[in-house]
Amino acid sequence: MRNRKHIGVNLLFTVPLLFIFTTVVIIPFISGIYYSFFKWDGIPADPKVFVGLGNFAKTVSDTRFLTSAWHTVEFTIMAVILVNLFGLIFALIVTTKFPTVKATRTMLFMPNLIGGLILGYIWKFIFTDGFQILSDMTGLHHVFFDWLLKPQFGLYAMVIVFAWQMAGYTMIIYLAGIQALPNEILEASKVDGANSWQRLTKIICPLLMPSFTICLFLTLANAFNIYDINLSLTNGGPVNGTELFSMNIYNEIFGNSNYGYGQAKAVIFFIIVAVITLTQVSITKKREVEM
Amino acid sequence: MRKFNRFLAGLVILLIGIAFLSPIYILLVNSFKNRSELYQNVLAFPSHFNFSNFSQAMQQMNFLIALKNSLIITIISVFFIVMLSSMTAWVLVRHDNKLSKVIFMILVATMIIPFQTLMMPLMQLMNEIQQLFHLKMMDSRGGLIYMNIGFHAAMSVFLYHGFIKSIPVSLEEAATIDGCSRFGIFWRIVFPMLKPITATVIILNVIGIWNDYLLPSLVLSSENLRTIPLSTFFFFGEFTIQWNLAMAGLVLTIIPVVIFYVLSQKYIIKGIGEGAIK
Repeated sequence: MRNRKHIGVNLLFTVPLLFIFTTVVIIPFISGIYYSFFKWDGIPADPKVFVGLGNFAKTVSDTRFLTSAWHTVEFTIMAVILVNLFGLIFALIVTTKFPTVKATRTMLFMPNLIGGLILGYIWKFIFTDGFQILSDMTGLHHVFFDWLLKPQFGLYAMVIVFAWQMAGYTMIIYLAGIQALPNEILEASKVDGANSWQRLTKIICPLLMPSFTICLFLTLANAFNIYDINLSLTNGGPVNGTELFSMNIYNEIFGNSNYGYGQAKAVIFFIIVAVITLTQVSITKKREVEM
Repeated sequence: MRKFNRFLAGLVILLIGIAFLSPIYILLVNSFKNRSELYQNVLAFPSHFNFSNFSQAMQQMNFLIALKNSLIITIISVFFIVMLSSMTAWVLVRHDNKLSKVIFMILVATMIIPFQTLMMPLMQLMNEIQQLFHLKMMDSRGGLIYMNIGFHAAMSVFLYHGFIKSIPVSLEEAATIDGCSRFGIFWRIVFPMLKPITATVIILNVIGIWNDYLLPSLVLSSENLRTIPLSTFFFFGEFTIQWNLAMAGLVLTIIPVVIFYVLSQKYIIKGIGEGAIK
């Protein structure tokens, strides 16, 4: 009875958002799966030819796609490790009680606010001209050369830029986790004679599992989806050597006008992201301990 | 001795922060140089401050127009996201039935869909809507704002949902007895209580929408509608070789972000932490 009285207000409150959400996310998602079974060039007047699972089968022999998939995996593994390692180290540093930690925390978070596209351009200059001059100055020609000219190093360059952007973000999340740790447990371990390393590995890290769950999820999802750093730093080059998953899909659809085939790749992309992130969350969730 | 060690540790920590920001230093010093000075030594301080790079970059990027577009799109999008997602979350929390649970579950589940999976069908749908209903969805700020709301709805409802669940209903019930309407209860009693999470929602959405490149690049094609990331992209397409000019352009794009950060730093740090825990 109570509910029925409010039905008007409830609809007024929920329908606008749910309508927009449906048209922007739900319908495109469903029609995206539909498009992936067709061969189509994106021109509305041109016929959509039903090819069944043909588009999906085609990916198996698409070397450019497979290479980009492999690079994405490489990139993601390196990025996730680096981001979380630095995020955690930074968080441990800025939870100490020295007077400069506040200013440092502000500085470490700063790159996160600058968009990926702009970060990529800043580092492009550093990897090309900046490294050239560093190499002349130091004589370390095998370290300071134009990283963006070699695919493997271009990939490392993207990892560095991504880590520069994301480490501050995970730092904040780890920071919140560390600050929520019960002080008594840490004090008790000190009394029992545990050194800092033991405290970190045996007490702090296990208790930080919820933070790990979130940070790993966020970095995994972001690293997999990365597009703007890829675009501004290397634009996929040289010779598609640094083209990641997301850029490959974009190029297939809007560059080669293979709308159906590109969409099939996008559906595969969704399945991979979903499986990996859900697996990660369920694994780390299981390891969370009750305080 | 102890005091000295403390000072030293503090200094080391500060130096870590400064070293981390060294790319920004490189960006800044080179934005003031002329071309030949830039190639003498990228790390050196400029011999004199050359502001002409900035005025030139500003002109070639159409910076003021881009700034205006970015501000309009971000502010209006975030305004609607806050309004609509808080209302939706409140109704979903306060009506504990199957339908609300299903709606909430669908919202949360879609958060793992990558944008690349949706971009092509979304553009198709928006084109169709434009043709069928004569609504300008493509190449319009309004269309982009509409899509921004849709893409940020799930996360925002999720954040509000978690927060509202922890607020007791008693206050709302008391207000009902006093004869307050549902509408009034939300806007006069509930919404003001949501302030902390609203700050988080605003910050996360501002950062996400302001820096977004891919969606605006698909939606907006007119030059006079370009946002800051878009105009930066086109600027670099034309001027990559003149790095001093490019650096000045990048500094311009970072200034609004730095102002935002300085003004709301406290909330940003808190907001990110809270946004993650929920």
